[in-house]
Amino acid sequence: MVFTEILSYGFIQRALITGSLIAVLCSVLGVFLVLRRLSLIGDGLAHVTFGSVALSLIMGFNSTYLTVAAIPLVLLSSLGILKLTEKARIYGDAAIGIVSSLGIACGIILASVAGGFNVDLFSYLFGNILAIGSADMVIAAVLFIVVMLAVAVFYRDLFAITFDEELAKCSGVRTSVINTVLVMLTALTVVLAMKVVGIMLISALLILPAVSALQIARSFISTIIASCCFATISVIIGIFGSFILNLPTGGSIVIINFILFILAFTLKHARKGRN
Amino acid sequence: MTTDLVCIDGLWVRYNAAEVLRHVSFRVSAGDYVGIVGPNGSGKSTLIRAALGLVGAERGDVTLFGTPLARFSEWRRIGYLPQRLKFFNPNFPATVEEIVGLGLLAGRRLPRKLTRGDREAVEKTLVIMGITDIRKRRIGELSGGQQQRVLLARAVVGGPELLILDEPTTALDPETRDKFYALLQNLNREQGSTVILVTHDTSSIGTYATRFLYVDKEIIFNGTFDDFCHSSEMTNLFGEYAQHLICHRH
Repeated sequence: MVFTEILSYGFIQRALITGSLIAVLCSVLGVFLVLRRLSLIGDGLAHVTFGSVALSLIMGFNSTYLTVAAIPLVLLSSLGILKLTEKARIYGDAAIGIVSSLGIACGIILASVAGGFNVDLFSYLFGNILAIGSADMVIAAVLFIVVMLAVAVFYRDLFAITFDEELAKCSGVRTSVINTVLVMLTALTVVLAMKVVGIMLISALLILPAVSALQIARSFISTIIASCCFATISVIIGIFGSFILNLPTGGSIVIINFILFILAFTLKHARKGRN
Repeated sequence: MTTDLVCIDGLWVRYNAAEVLRHVSFRVSAGDYVGIVGPNGSGKSTLIRAALGLVGAERGDVTLFGTPLARFSEWRRIGYLPQRLKFFNPNFPATVEEIVGLGLLAGRRLPRKLTRGDREAVEKTLVIMGITDIRKRRIGELSGGQQQRVLLARAVVGGPELLILDEPTTALDPETRDKFYALLQNLNREQGSTVILVTHDTSSIGTYATRFLYVDKEIIFNGTFDDFCHSSEMTNLFGEYAQHLICHRH
């Protein structure tokens, strides 16, 4: 089957556009999260998304509204993680663990009350990017614009707190505001990304492109650009590859990401060897 | 009447049960070059971290440029160089140029983009600090001394009126350390920057500082280095021989 034929399918076009938008979002935020040792926040918020998806399914929301309905709960949970860390002085990973397990526990109870796991919930757990509709694509485009605008406006502040929070504070950066912005943008992105790779694999889309970029990039801005490239390439190859080989798309995207990481890691060590 | 740049009044700091500073008061005026010395664990770093609001005080008041710390917002007037970065990641992917540019955030409106003037200031600072040749290198690839120079460049690039430096010479070899002190002296005398320097290097700081603070949980001595060398309190504290060793270079 030739690529032009594959590209002629509407669902493939929607998957490529939406997947690429979400890949860019995840990869940009991923750089800040990985360097701030908050990589697993995506995983924690994804588990909360599981709980909110189960709740929305019980309430009878359809697939499109379900994404929107999940947003407030995931945003609240992201703030919960931040407050547990800042105010209750609980370590970041422990705070993520608390919110994450609470989210998944609620999800399991709600799914059980609703009569057990059904096909809908399963598709959110493992993603189904090929089932993305036009409305989902519009929601993704709107949230893409919101998140990227916020990153552009706060870019230098985010860079400063990622390098050193205390130095940033002494440069007049309101670090608590910027931390809140970062976790809220991550929450929005996690809700969007659940349709691409599924709740179980979201953290891979946040972590792997950033870690791959860190192997080869020489500056902060080039790390972000490389991370975007890795993520977008993995989504495009993952969608085509899974369609041709009849494999699950979410898993394929993550595997391509991992292969890119191995290539970047090898390139870094080959460079070191030459020097 | 001139406003004190830093005014600390009756400051008490406690970490859990341990008292770190008790009833510390001092003032720093424009043009001062203040050396803060004291033994390990004496609260020197805590003192300047509390002055910057990085550590909460149990009691006491801190005023910066005439404004209480809680309401202070003119951070462009202060350049701070910490003893070490709290969570320094040797793989952090930022170049020297990018790090120095971070010193130009204060007092700017979002998105705080670098202007052409800012880029020129970065360029000038790289030249002054002698780090133009490493401008494209990642900070984690540099030696301790080079990293310290980069962080000092970040602190001075905005032309702050007050420079607060916490043990900046720890990672430097003697030659680089002397150059570093000369640079600070130049900033103090030629450009009128006020300097507060925390150091272990008591004898060197005596050559440069105009005022000398000896801290050991509280202020034991506050005066000129000459007064310090002739002070009976210091003789009692160090003994005559040690006091002579500290003071002989001066």
